[in-house]
Formats: sequence, C-alpha cells, structure tokens
Amino acid sequence: MTMQKKKLGLKDKYRYLTRDMAWEPTYQKKADIFPHEDFEGIKITDWDKWEDPFRLTMDAYWKYQAEKEKKLYAIFDAFAQNNGHQNISDARYVNALKLFLTGVSPLEYGAFQGFSRAGRQFSGAGARVACQMQAIDELRHVQTQIHAMSHYNKHFNGLHDFSHMHDRVWFLSVPKSFFDDARSAGPFEFLTAISFSFEYVLTNLLFVPFMSGAAYNGDMATVTFGFSAQSDEARHMTLGLEVIKFMLEQHEDNVPIIQRWIDKWFWRGYRLLSLVGMMMDYMLPNKVMSWAEAWEVYYEQNGGALFKDLERYGIRPPKYQEQANIGKQHITHQIWATFYQYSHATNFHTWIPSEDEQQWLAEKYPDTFDKYYRPRFDHWQEQHANGQRFYNSILPQLCQVCQVPALFTEPDDPTQLSHRQIVHEGERYHFCSDGCCDIFQNEPEKYIQAWLPVHQIYQGNCGGGDVQTVVEKYYHLKNGQDNLEYVGSPEYLRWLAWKKLATPQAPAGTGDRRDAA
Amino acid sequence: MSVNAIGEYRAKPRDLQANFNGMQMLYVHWEKHLIFCSPFAFLVAPAMTFAAFVEQLLSDAIKAHPDSARVDFNEAVWTLNGERFVPDYAASLEANGIDHKSMLRLNTPGLNGVQGSCS
Repeated sequence: MTMQKKKLGLKDKYRYLTRDMAWEPTYQKKADIFPHEDFEGIKITDWDKWEDPFRLTMDAYWKYQAEKEKKLYAIFDAFAQNNGHQNISDARYVNALKLFLTGVSPLEYGAFQGFSRAGRQFSGAGARVACQMQAIDELRHVQTQIHAMSHYNKHFNGLHDFSHMHDRVWFLSVPKSFFDDARSAGPFEFLTAISFSFEYVLTNLLFVPFMSGAAYNGDMATVTFGFSAQSDEARHMTLGLEVIKFMLEQHEDNVPIIQRWIDKWFWRGYRLLSLVGMMMDYMLPNKVMSWAEAWEVYYEQNGGALFKDLERYGIRPPKYQEQANIGKQHITHQIWATFYQYSHATNFHTWIPSEDEQQWLAEKYPDTFDKYYRPRFDHWQEQHANGQRFYNSILPQLCQVCQVPALFTEPDDPTQLSHRQIVHEGERYHFCSDGCCDIFQNEPEKYIQAWLPVHQIYQGNCGGGDVQTVVEKYYHLKNGQDNLEYVGSPEYLRWLAWKKLATPQAPAGTGDRRDAA
Repeated sequence: MSVNAIGEYRAKPRDLQANFNGMQMLYVHWEKHLIFCSPFAFLVAPAMTFAAFVEQLLSDAIKAHPDSARVDFNEAVWTLNGERFVPDYAASLEANGIDHKSMLRLNTPGLNGVQGSCS
C-alpha cells in the first residue's frame, strides 16, 4: 500500500482552497448567475488572467488574524487598566477619534458590505476570493476600531451612538454619501472607487495621519489597531492595483470607462479627505505633518509615479488634479473655519488654534495662512474673549454631489467662493467645484436623489425646525456637552481636573488655557 | 449621459419645491466675507417681499460681521443665478424672479472683510 502524502504543497493547497472551489455551471446560464457583470460596459475576455493579489488561503488567514487579534486585545486591556486615556497629549486629541469613529469606522462596515456584494457578482473565481478576503478584513477593522475607541467612550463625550450619528448628522453625510455612491454602482466601478482610487491612491492620506497622529499623541489603543490593520491594508492596495491593471489589459474599450471612474473617484476622495486634512492641521495637539506635506508625498509624488506607470494603458492622471494640488494650501483652513462656526451641530468640539499652533500653520503654509486665514481666527478669538463666541445661525448651502458645504474657493483666487450651478430638467442644482458638477452631469439621476441634510431639515424630516431640536432629538447629541466650543466644555474641565491630580506641580490655569496639558 | 443601471432607471428629485411645505430655498453669498464659510441656505416664503427678506432674514444672518453695520443696500450689487440683478424691494421674491433654489450673490463695494482679507 502506498502512503498518501499527508501534506499538500503550498501551491496545490492554494489552488484547491481558492479557484478550485469554483465550477462551471451546467443547468443555469452564467449570465443568470452573475447578472451584474456586464451592464457597466467592462469587457472581460479571460478571467484566468486575473493574478490573485492575496496569495492567502482561509486557514492561513484565520491563523494570522487570530495571532494579531490576541496581541491587539492584550494591549487594549493594558490601555484600559492603566487609564491610558489620561496619558494622551491633550483632551483635544479625542476629537479626532470622534471624527474617526463616526466618519470612518462605519465606512469600514460599508466596505464589508460592498466587497461581499462584489465577491458575489464576479464570475472569475480569483476575483471572488479576493473580494471575500477583503470583506472579512473590513468587518474585522470596524470591530477592532470600535473596541479600540470604546474605552474613550467611558471618559469623553460625543462617541456614543456613532452609527446612528453616521446616518443622520449633517457633515457625516459626506463620508456616508461617498460610500453609498460607490456601493450603488456596479461591481467594477465599486472596485475602481474603493480598491483603486481610495485604497491604492489615497489610503495613505487617511491611515498615516490618523495612526501616526495616534502615536504622536500617546494613544496606544488606536496606534495598535493601526499596526494590526497595516498588513491588511497592504493586501487591499495590492488588490486595487491588480483590479485596475486587469481591467485595462482585458480590453481597450475598458480604458475610457475606467478613466471616467478614476476622474470621478479621485475628486470624490479628495473632497472626502479634506476632513482628514483638517484633523491633521487643526485637531492633533502634536502634529505629524501638514496636510500640504502629506499631499505632496502621498499624492503628488507617489500618485505621480503610479499614473506614469499607467500611461502605457492610455490612462492619464485624474482630471482636476491641478486644482487639488493648489487646494492643498487652503482646504484645511477653510474646513476648520466651517466646523468652528457650525460646532453647535457636531459631535466634537472646536477651538481657535493656540498662538504656537498658528505659528506652525504659518510656517507650513507661508503663502496662505497669515494672508487669508489668520485674520479670521484673530477676529473670532477677539469675539470669544468678549463673550461672543461665533456660531453661524443660518444653515449652509451644500454641494449636491460631495455634500460638503460650498466652502471652497476658486483655484485661481482664494478670495472668491467656488460655486457652480446648473439647471437639470427644470430644477436648479449647486456645486462646490467643476469636479463635482461633472460628476453630476455624468449621472444626474443618481445625484438628484441626494439626501442633503440641510434640505431635509427644512423639509421637516429631522425632528424639528430649529437646530437645537434637530441636534438633540434627531442626532442624539446632548447640547452643551457633546457639541460647541472646547474651552469651557465639560470635557475640558474634566481634563483639567485629571491633570491637576496627576501633575500637581503644573496646576490648571497657568499659561495658555487651551494647552493645559 | 445617464446612470448606468441593470434595468430601466427612473428617479425623482428629492428637493422639489413641493416638498418644502409651501416654502422655497434661497441661497445668498456675501462676496469677500468668507467668515461666513459658505452661502447661507434660507427657507423663505415666495410671497415675502425682497425688502422683508433683507431686513428680517439677511441682515440678521450677517450681523456678527463687523462690516455688516456699514452695508448700504442701496449701493449693493446683486447677481441672481449668475445674471446681474436689480431687485424690486417692494415686490415679492417670486415677482422678482427668485425661484426655488435660486442663488443670490451680494457685493458691497468698499467692504472687503476683516482687515481687508476678504474674511
């Protein structure tokens, strides 16, 4: 009797556990089984040309992830037992986590849903396996993020009910509508949007700022989550590049379709990331790098090399990238000024940057900060000192596509508001930019349905007519606790009390009160 | 172009005037005063006079700005949906041609924001 080989070789094992699990249908038509594969116009001639980006079988995947989880949760436990939240740089830092938990974590769940669907819809087994793996990764990410931040929820405000807020709070419609747009597209556009444009081209502008921000500000829980997700993110980036090259190599007719998606999703991603840029420049007490620096490294240099590489397929860099390159000097200041004045309707606090911080901003933005933005902050600081902290009492006009208030300025003139409007089938629509206006005009039926928070409030669909009622009843925010100015907030006072206990030699009230840590 | 879909795809605008309970949307941007980060979105009655709109809603919205006290609405230069516009203050918004989701830009010559920074 011959002994059977007990262990399979890696290559065989991989084949058996991935592509070999697929089969050719005999009694159903392939087109009926995969009904979403053709309608976008992408032509696939040979799915076997798909190179599996992950090279990972499920059994190995569980083993690796389990090891990472074990370490991750050990650190969460240690962080909680040591009251790690008291060792962060300053309580203002937690506002970045509030933005992350309500704005980003629910997107991870959206990604889980999106990849699950894409994994169901491709007839190529290799692509299905890759999407399935990424779906599981995304589900793990949303869970570990919630667990990383749940400790903060015991000690800080505005972190409760984050998924409820994600569906309702006005500015969270920016990330939410971004992902809904991607998830309601076909599977190929979804992968171009999320795997390529977001995960491959722009992800470093999301993860590096938040995770390095956590490291620089003493947040061990979040930074450990970041490390734990890093190897997953590397796989996701590989998938992003594979999917785009695969589609481009399959048929030349795919090129113009993909180019339009790249144009669209670059611009949508850029608008979404303006929130991250604001976090980097204004919300981190210890800064990592400026948004402009990050944009130069991660988009202009890395993205530039990527699009050079894609040139041979007939792909050019995204339309309007020049506007984004100019915008890097402006958008974070404009966004922070927006949140500052609408802080009565947010789940996080805002403040005027300290003199040191303004000096840092002036150094990082030598051509723009002092000239255009410092006067704004000086004026508000003065008003605040006179007991008139500024809040804008009138709701803002929102862009029909990105849903950010129309707050950006013209690329060639930072003193002029950038605003576009068109009439479509008798209705007026307003946009923040040419980029968003183009996206609308390519698929108007999609965006005429946009759930714009400001219009919804005015239509009476958000629990009441005045902002305070909406904030309390519809958003589930506690007025005067979760929202408004940081200085004087319950959170600020609590932080002072903690630090007084921890560092009696530096009592509260000395120096700049905003930098009490 | 139109949306790429698996079947016939029809959609209704979510923000038709009919959904605003007899009211309409009106956006106003005060040029060179970017302390107000984006155009104001007002809910207004179409029958409201332009004068009432300016006195009751707009003046109140901009009152936090130090330039607001110096605004002379007789000297103001307006555009409505991108076209030069001379309002009839006594007439209603509707009679002024200000329809649902119209955009007004207000320019106040000589006023250039906080420290002349267009803020």
